[in-house]
Amino acid sequence: MNWIAIGDISDIPLRGARCVKTPIGKIAVFRTAENKVFAIEDHCPHKGGPLSQGIVHGNAVTCPLHNWVISLETGKALGADEGAVRTIPVRNDNGALSIALENLTLAAAE
Amino acid sequence: MAESTLEKLVIIGNGMAPGRMLEELFEKAPGRYQVTIFNAEPRVNYDRIMLSPVLSGEKDYEEIIIHGDGWYIKHGITLYKGHKIVAIDRAAKTVTSDHGVTESYDKLVIATGSVPFIIPVPGKDLQGVITYRDLDDVQAMLLAAQSREKAVVIGGGLLGLEAAAGLKSRGMEVTVLHVMPTLMERQLDPAAGYLLQKAVEERGIKVLTKANTKRILGETRVEGIELEDGRIIPATLVVMAVGIRPSAGLAKEAGLAVNRGIVVDAGMQTSDGDIMALGECAEVGGMVYGLVAPLYEMARVAASHLAGDRKAAFVHSDTPTKLKVTGINLYSVGDFADGDDREEIVLRDATAGIYKRLVLKENRIIGTVLYGDTADGAWFNDLLKRGTEISEMRDTLIFGQAYQGGSPLDPTAAVAALPDDAEICGCNGVCKGKIVTTITSKGLTSLDEVRAHTKASASCGSCTGLVEQIMSLTLGESYNPAAVQPMCNCTELGHDDVRRLIKAKGLKTIPAVMQELEWKTSCGCAKCRPALNYYLVCDWPDDYADDYQSRFINERVHANIQKDGTYSVVPRMWGGVTNSQELRAIADVVDKFNVPLVKVTGGQRIDLLGIEKEDLPSVWADLGKAGFVSGQAYAKGLRTVKTCVGSQWCRFGTQDSTGLGIRIEKFMWGSWTPAKLKMAVSGCPRNCAEATCKDIGVICVDSGFEIHFAGAAGLDIKGTEVLGLVKTEDEALEHIVALTQMYREQARYLERIYKWAKRIGLDEIRRQIMDDAEKRKGFYDRFVFSQKFAQVDPWSERVSGKDKHEFRPMATVGFNQAAE
Ligand SMILES: Cc1cc2nc3c(=O)[nH]c(=O)nc-3n(C[C@H](O)[C@H](O)[C@H](O)COP(=O)(O)OP(=O)(O)OC[C@H]3O[C@@H](n4cnc5c(N)ncnc54)[C@H](O)[C@@H]3O)c2cc1C
Ligand code: HEM
Ligand code: SF4
Ligand code: SF4
Ligand code: FES
Repeated sequence: MNWIAIGDISDIPLRGARCVKTPIGKIAVFRTAENKVFAIEDHCPHKGGPLSQGIVHGNAVTCPLHNWVISLETGKALGADEGAVRTIPVRNDNGALSIALENLTLAAAE
Repeated sequence: MAESTLEKLVIIGNGMAPGRMLEELFEKAPGRYQVTIFNAEPRVNYDRIMLSPVLSGEKDYEEIIIHGDGWYIKHGITLYKGHKIVAIDRAAKTVTSDHGVTESYDKLVIATGSVPFIIPVPGKDLQGVITYRDLDDVQAMLLAAQSREKAVVIGGGLLGLEAAAGLKSRGMEVTVLHVMPTLMERQLDPAAGYLLQKAVEERGIKVLTKANTKRILGETRVEGIELEDGRIIPATLVVMAVGIRPSAGLAKEAGLAVNRGIVVDAGMQTSDGDIMALGECAEVGGMVYGLVAPLYEMARVAASHLAGDRKAAFVHSDTPTKLKVTGINLYSVGDFADGDDREEIVLRDATAGIYKRLVLKENRIIGTVLYGDTADGAWFNDLLKRGTEISEMRDTLIFGQAYQGGSPLDPTAAVAALPDDAEICGCNGVCKGKIVTTITSKGLTSLDEVRAHTKASASCGSCTGLVEQIMSLTLGESYNPAAVQPMCNCTELGHDDVRRLIKAKGLKTIPAVMQELEWKTSCGCAKCRPALNYYLVCDWPDDYADDYQSRFINERVHANIQKDGTYSVVPRMWGGVTNSQELRAIADVVDKFNVPLVKVTGGQRIDLLGIEKEDLPSVWADLGKAGFVSGQAYAKGLRTVKTCVGSQWCRFGTQDSTGLGIRIEKFMWGSWTPAKLKMAVSGCPRNCAEATCKDIGVICVDSGFEIHFAGAAGLDIKGTEVLGLVKTEDEALEHIVALTQMYREQARYLERIYKWAKRIGLDEIRRQIMDDAEKRKGFYDRFVFSQKFAQVDPWSERVSGKDKHEFRPMATVGFNQAAE
C-alpha cells in the first residue's frame, strides 16, 4: 500500500478532527479520547455534512448538520439511520500519521 | 393504669440506645411488656448526635426529637422525666429514683450512657466551665454565646470541634486546645489531621496543639486558661470535651460486674440474669462504644432477647467517624496505624485539599482515612467489612468505586454518597441530612409532603429528581419516583440532577462529572457533552477551562455552519445601530472575499453568507480593524438586542430605547446561556422593536420600563409575560441581568426561557427577581463576576492565532506527487 504522510497525531485535538484535502475531496482524520486515529470521507451519508466538524465521542462522530451518528470504525450510520461513508486506512507510527493513497486513486477512478 | 399481668420492663436512661431497643421490641413482641422508663434528663428521647446542628443554629430542638410524648402514650409507657435512679435492689427487684419513686421489675435494662470526663485541674468547678453532652449543655453554650466573647474548647476531637464550630457560628471568638500534636488523632492520621486543622483555622477558629491545660483562671466565673507552658488565654466560656466515661457507678453499687463499663455478654446480659445493659455504659467483648451504630446493634440484640430469641448476639464492627461541621468532609474507619505487616495506598491532591489513605493487610483493607473527598467512604468500608481481596483492583482502588469496571450502575449511588450537609435545594437552602431526618421523623411518603415539611424542591423545583432519589434511599422500595427523563443515553440522571450534583459535589471538569456521576460511556456523546460544558462554564466561570471539543461546531469556530459546509459571519451591531465606516468595511470584505450573499437579519444585523472556513480568520481580521466584534449569532448565548429609535427620534418615544438596548448589549455580550437569548427594547407600547415576542423584552413607558420575558417567535409562538415595571434604566438593567443569571443557573441546556419559565412557574421568577432584592443582587453579582471571564472577543483571539488548527487543512495530498 502506498502510505502518504499527513502529519503528526498532535496536530489533531483530542476528541477532534482535521481535514486532509485530496483529489477526491476532503478526508476527515479523527483522534479519539483514547488516542485512536481514524480516517473517513468528510461527507455525511445523509446530506453531505462535513463530519470533520462534528463532536467526537467514543469511536463515533455526530454530524454537525442533522446529528446523525457515524461510526469511525466502520463508517456506518449508527442507531436508526442507514448509510455509510468510506473509511480510509490510516497508520500511526508513534504519532506519525499516514493514509493509504491507493484507495484514493481507486476511488477517484471510479 | 390498672395493675396488669404483663411482665414489667424497667429501663434506666432514655437515650438513643434504649429508644431504638423499644422500637425493635414493639415490633418483635408487641404488648408483651409493661414498660417504665426513668430518665435523669427531664425530656423525651432525642437525637443526641444532632446537638451540634442545634448549637450552630441549623436545627431546632423540636427537629431532633426521636420520640415525642405521643409515642410514649401510644405504647403505654410510663416515662419519669427528670428522675435519676439512685439505687437498684436486686433482691427485691426494685429501682428507686432521687424523687423517691420505687418501681419493681421483672426485667431491668440499664442504659445510663456516659458522663463527660472532667480534667482534674484547679478551677474546673468555676461558673462558665461546661461539658458537651446534652441539651442543657447546648442551652448553656447558647446563653454564653450571646455575649459574643471568647470561648475556649478543651479537646480537639469530634465533640470539641463540633462545639467550636457551633460557637463560632454563634459569633464567639473560639480557641481549641488540643493536647496531641494533631487533631482527632484517634480517628485521623497526622496528614489528615493537618488538613483538618487548616480547614478549622480557615473558619476563623484558633487551634493550639500540644496545649496542656494547667489551670482554669477566675474567681467565681471563668476568666481564662493557663497552659503548662505559661501561656494565658482569656475566655468567658470553657467547654471541656476531652472524652467520656461509661456511667457504670449505679451498676457497680448494685454489685454487678463492672470493668470499664458494665460487663455484658454478647446477648447484653449482665452478671444478673434479670438485668441487661446496653448503650455507651455497656462493655461487650472488652470494648466500650461511643458511636450510635454499634449501640443500635446492641439495641437489636437486646430487643431480640427480650422478645424471647436467645440466639441473637452482638458482633463487633468498626464504625466510621464523620465530623458534622458543615463544609468539612472527613471519614475514617478501622485501623490505620503503621506497621511492618501493612501496606498503604495514598492519594493526595493538594490544590483540591484531598487526602485519601487506605491501609492494607494481606491485600485486604483494614483502615481508611479520607479527607476532602469522602464519596467512596461507604464503599471502602464495605470492602473492609467484607474482607474483600483487593489485589485485582489494587491499581485503581484509591480512585474509588466509579473507577472499577463492571460494578452495577446505580443512579442513586451518587446521591447516596453525598454527605448530609450537601445542599440539595438551593432556593431554600435545604441539605440532604435535613430531608432524610424529616422523612423519617415525620413519616413522610410523598414528594408533596416532603415539600411541605422541608421546603426542598418547593421553589424552583430543579432539585426534584434529587429529592426523589433521597426519598427512595430513605424509604426503600416503598417509594416509586416519577421517572426522570435522563439527559441522554450516557446517564440515568436528568439535567436538573446533573446540575445540582455539579454544584453539590464541586465537580469542575467534564471527566470529573462523568466519573463522579457514573457516566455509562467513556467520553459522553454529542448531547451530553455540550450540556455539561455549558453547566461547567456557567457554574465555575473562573475555574473551568472551556472544552471546545465539547462544543457544537458553530461555537467552536464562532460562525454558523451552512448546508454546504461554508459559514456565515454576523458582526455585532450594538442595538442594531451602525455607521458609514462600518458599512464600508463590510462592503470591502464582501468584495475581497467574494461573499455570495449579504442579508439583513431578523435581529437588525448584517449577515455575510457563504464564507469558506479557511477564510474566516482573514474575514474577521478585516472586520476587526473596523472595530467589529463577533455578533455571536451562532451562540447559545446573548445574540441581539433589537431596538427602535425611541425618544431620540420618534415622536412617540417615551425613553431612549436605542440607548438602553445598546447598554444592555454592551453589558451582557459574551455570556453563554442555556439556549439562545434574544432581546429587544421598544420606546413605547407601539412596540416597533417587537419586544413582546422575545426571550426578554422591554417596553418603555412614561413611568419607566416594563420588563417582559418568556416570549417566543419560532417553532412556538407566544407573547411575553410581564415581569414587572421599574422606574430607572439602571434598575431595568439590574433586573434583566438578574433574570438572565437565574435562567443561566437553573434552566436545562437548550431550554429557552419560555419553556423554563413554564416549568418552574412565572410567579416563582417574579418572586425571586422582583420581590427579593437580596436574591436579585446575588444573581446580578454572579453574572457580573462571570462576565469578567466571558467578555473576550472570540474573533480577535482567533485572528491572533488561537485554534489555528481549526481553520487549516491538516495536509493536502495526492494532487501532485512531485510537490511532496
Ligand atoms: C454532641 C454530640 C455529638 C455526637 N455525634 C455523634 C455522631 O456524629 N455519630 C455518632 O455515632 N455518635 C455521636 N455521638 C454519640 C452518641 O450520641 C451516643 O453514642 C449515644 O447517644 C449514646 O446513647 P446511649 O443511649 O448509650 O446514651 P445517652 O444517649 O447518653 O443516654 C443516657 C441517658 O441516661 C440518662 N441517665 C444516666 N444515668 C441515669 C440514671 N441513674 N437514672 C436515670 N437516667 C440516667 C442520662 O441523663 C441520659 O439521658 C455524639 C454525642 C454528642 C454528645
Ligand atoms: C400603533 C401602531 C404603530 C405606530 C403608530 C408606529 C409608528 C412608528 C413610528 C413613528 C416609527 C418611527 C420611525 C420613523 O419615523 O421613521 C416606527 C418605526 C418602526 N415601526 Fe412602527 N408603529 C406602529 C406599529 C408597528 C408594528 C406593529 C411594527 C411591527 C411589528 C412596527 C415596526 C416598526 C419598525 C421595524 C420601525 C423601525 C424601527 C427602527 O428600526 O428604528 N411598527 N413606527
Ligand atoms: S416603539 Fe414607539 S418609540 Fe419606538 S419607534 Fe415605535 S412608535 Fe416610536
Ligand atoms: S427559518 Fe429555517 S430555513 Fe430559514 S434560516 Fe431559519 S432554520 Fe434556516
Ligand atoms: S448531513 Fe449529516 S446528518 Fe444531515
